[in-house]
Amino acid sequence: MLIDRQDSYDGEERDQRRFSVRVFVALLILFLLIMTLGVRLFSLQVGAHEHFTTLSENNRLRIEPIPPTRGLIFDRNGVLLAENRPAYQLEVTVEQAGDLDLLLERLSGLVDLSTLEIERFLASVRQRRPFQPVLLKAGLDDEAVARIAVARHELPGVEIEARPVRHYPLGADFAHVVGYVGRINEQDLRRLDTRNYAGTSHTGKTGVERYYEDILHGTTGHKQVEVNAQGRVIRELSAVPPVPGKDLILSIDVELQRAARDALAPNDGAVVAIDPATGEVLALVSKPGFDPNPFVNGISHRDFAALQADPHKPLFNRALSGQYPPGSTLKPIVALAGLEENVTTAERRMFATGYFQIPGHERRYRDWKRGGHGWVDMSRAIAVSSDVYFYDLAFKLGIDRMAPMFGAFGIGSRVGIDATGERPGILPSREWKRSVQNLPWFPGETVITAIGQGYMLATPLQLADVASTLANRGHRVQPRLLLAIHEGGNGDPVMQPVQHLPPVSASEAHWDVIHKALIESVHARHGTAWGSIGSNPPSGYQIAGKTGTAQVFSLAPDQEYDQDALDRRLWDHALFVAYAPADSPTIAVGVLVEHGGSGGRVAAPVARKVIDFHLASRGQVAAAGEGP
Amino acid sequence: MISVTGRELTTSQWLLRSLRLDGTLLVLIAVLLMLGLVVLFSASGESVEALERQMSRIAIGMLALLVVARIPISTLRAASPWLFLAALGLLFAVVLFGDVGKGARRWLDLGVIRFQPSEIMKLAMPLMVAWYLSLRKAPPRFLDLLVVGVLIVVPVVLIMRQPDLGTALLVGAAGLLVVFLAGLNWRWFVGLGLAIAALIPLLWTQMHDYQRQRVLTLLNPESDPLGAGYHIIQSKIAIGSGGLYGKGWLNGTQSQLQFLPERSTDFVFAVYAEEFGFLGVVLLMALYFLIVGRGLWIAAMAQERFCRLIAGSISLTFAVYMVVNMGMVSGLLPVVGIPLPLVSYGGTSLVTLMVGFGILMAVHSQQRLVNR
Repeated sequence: MLIDRQDSYDGEERDQRRFSVRVFVALLILFLLIMTLGVRLFSLQVGAHEHFTTLSENNRLRIEPIPPTRGLIFDRNGVLLAENRPAYQLEVTVEQAGDLDLLLERLSGLVDLSTLEIERFLASVRQRRPFQPVLLKAGLDDEAVARIAVARHELPGVEIEARPVRHYPLGADFAHVVGYVGRINEQDLRRLDTRNYAGTSHTGKTGVERYYEDILHGTTGHKQVEVNAQGRVIRELSAVPPVPGKDLILSIDVELQRAARDALAPNDGAVVAIDPATGEVLALVSKPGFDPNPFVNGISHRDFAALQADPHKPLFNRALSGQYPPGSTLKPIVALAGLEENVTTAERRMFATGYFQIPGHERRYRDWKRGGHGWVDMSRAIAVSSDVYFYDLAFKLGIDRMAPMFGAFGIGSRVGIDATGERPGILPSREWKRSVQNLPWFPGETVITAIGQGYMLATPLQLADVASTLANRGHRVQPRLLLAIHEGGNGDPVMQPVQHLPPVSASEAHWDVIHKALIESVHARHGTAWGSIGSNPPSGYQIAGKTGTAQVFSLAPDQEYDQDALDRRLWDHALFVAYAPADSPTIAVGVLVEHGGSGGRVAAPVARKVIDFHLASRGQVAAAGEGP
Repeated sequence: MISVTGRELTTSQWLLRSLRLDGTLLVLIAVLLMLGLVVLFSASGESVEALERQMSRIAIGMLALLVVARIPISTLRAASPWLFLAALGLLFAVVLFGDVGKGARRWLDLGVIRFQPSEIMKLAMPLMVAWYLSLRKAPPRFLDLLVVGVLIVVPVVLIMRQPDLGTALLVGAAGLLVVFLAGLNWRWFVGLGLAIAALIPLLWTQMHDYQRQRVLTLLNPESDPLGAGYHIIQSKIAIGSGGLYGKGWLNGTQSQLQFLPERSTDFVFAVYAEEFGFLGVVLLMALYFLIVGRGLWIAAMAQERFCRLIAGSISLTFAVYMVVNMGMVSGLLPVVGIPLPLVSYGGTSLVTLMVGFGILMAVHSQQRLVNR
């Protein structure tokens, strides 16, 4: 015991001694290293001092970045969506300006200077050298340029510079597709390669501008300039020119986009149209839009606050970020699941009453139609949109066999479109509910999922994608906005390849059933879209589609939905998914009309107009359907 | 005069003691920080804004130092393995969902704050190795070496893959220095040296293009005067033209005329050398040597193995920082992206360094308590 303690004490002491030796060795090594550094620095600073002094005095060569011009963005027919316009901006060179306060006072008499602009100006004055010009105000109009030019003699150090500024000629209609660029901020700097952005002031913030930033930006060049002893540039010696950004050609059709916007009027909503063969997005409308141009050089706080406070939410990209209950539009998916899982057949008929009850439960799940639809088979159930038929089918399928089919159609995961802001929607399942709410799944939730209520949410883009998948009989193509990349005006545009997604596999016979039912729902007298399309059909082709009406709030079992008595913001969302021509589809459409009311009455006509316009412009039909 | 335990103390001594600080180390650090601000003002083109930002970072660092100095060593020791595991987990998290900035994946975004987990590892690594070795018999055996080897290699490889060669180097050094101080047989260090020499070709194939370019440029900077060699050429001109006495504060043409890239961050030493000359350089090196020396003295005086190891490793890692940065700026070592400690502009490394000094202070004050 005693020896033990003696031992450990000895160990501690020995350890400390050993440590001290090591520390001594470390100090010795450090000393040697510092001496090495000292010798090196001595040889540089004292030994080669003259050599380096000469170099330093001759060091009049500086490298300055030359920013590349940003690539342009066109629609599929060559209509310009984003361009670079020379814009005049006011710059001040502080050392020539003399009294800054006086100068600012004089200038504010000539142009409208906001406090924000002055604040920014003073902040960057502190960071720059006195001989470097500092931006005071961007986007001068011709009148202001003229006023300043006249008063030039009493404005020392003031320059008017023309610099390219991003401009979106079509404004609000394409803000949600193209997005916009803005000044590079600290957050952007973390993401961007500072070397390649050395001379760049703006970067893509949203939409295609952000997604394809790498392609649009190009490569910064640099020039060697000679400077005098104060650092002023005397002349340019050599330059590596920048490589301009490449132009993008989008699959969007400007005319179709506008037709879709007009078709939505007077409501808010979203329309997405896709070419099912290639995945090219022909139109992507989120109404209302907003003018992206003020964002380029920084929108004022007041204007931004006004946009944010607008009850129509113009900044919100409904087409990509808006997640809505899909309503009855996804009933075909439930039908397909029923067929594939052998739970039902197309021919099986049931008597659809006004409500459905889960065996052994009290609660009544009501049909949208009082009294029900009578005898329906699958095709008729889709066409008349019988809720009770699908409550029954969903109950027999169960959520575990239903959710995978929704998932196969892309619900609950991002489609992966090449723009920013896309959201995945929600694919409810047992696992989803457990992980999000930590609650078990209830049979009642299965039942309402079949009619697109409950937890399920989908974006208008996803609805259009579902329409495209239905049109392709399960073949899935990746929806995309980029049609081709065009390099600086020379050579042919490089077409982007069609990307395929994992297909929805189902037997041909089953696809036939769904296809037939979707035509029936538009063109049969009992179909939900008969009133707005079938009764006055387009000539030369048929439309296959499914209506949907999604509740914004839930009614108690004994309540009736009475649109007239409701606040507009509580009206149902109207939805429609469709593809056409039904026999060889060239366009698939997803329509959402926010608080529009009935899908058949409000959303279907929107899709009809978009499809008519598209097929007419492609020459697939002589003209749109004759008017009433 | 305040009387504590029978001895007369001056007010400042009493204050230092109650704050658990070592006056000598504190003064040395303060002088270095002050010098750093002076250089920074010049390097940033007399930017008051940069100065204010750096001062607020110093304030945060000081606060961290004061807080850490009060943590009992026993707590620190008990927390060591957990801190290490947490840092390791965060490093894996960076691999999985880190933010990419400037082509490297180093950042982790927690919504509120964004930080580099590799920075935590700079302290977690020596703490962990010291914790492990202080549990084992001294000097370390072969088995210990294997365990410690794994502890060091895994985080270093993760950080290297981000890629962040500079931090990987510092983290690896912090771990190895503990092993060295623990009294590992010299043979092993010779063996390790040989192994590293053998690994260099393998490392070469693992490096990113830009990292390879830096090494190649070091060997012959003139080969690429506009690209990768520009840094080293300009920095050598700055240092060399400074001469014995320097061009004077705010008068360095290389830095003031913006020939020198990254002049307020990694290359700030070149600005200092240009404006204060060789004499200034000697003064700066002496200051660093004194700080390291004081740190090692604190380590050697500590009564506990864990304290000695951690204090020794922190002090010597600080020395590695300085030697590597000066080496790379003066063209002796490849540019690996290690700042000049306590002088370079930037917050992340500054705060970590100050926390490290906080641990040194804690070791120091604990040692005094044992003496009493």
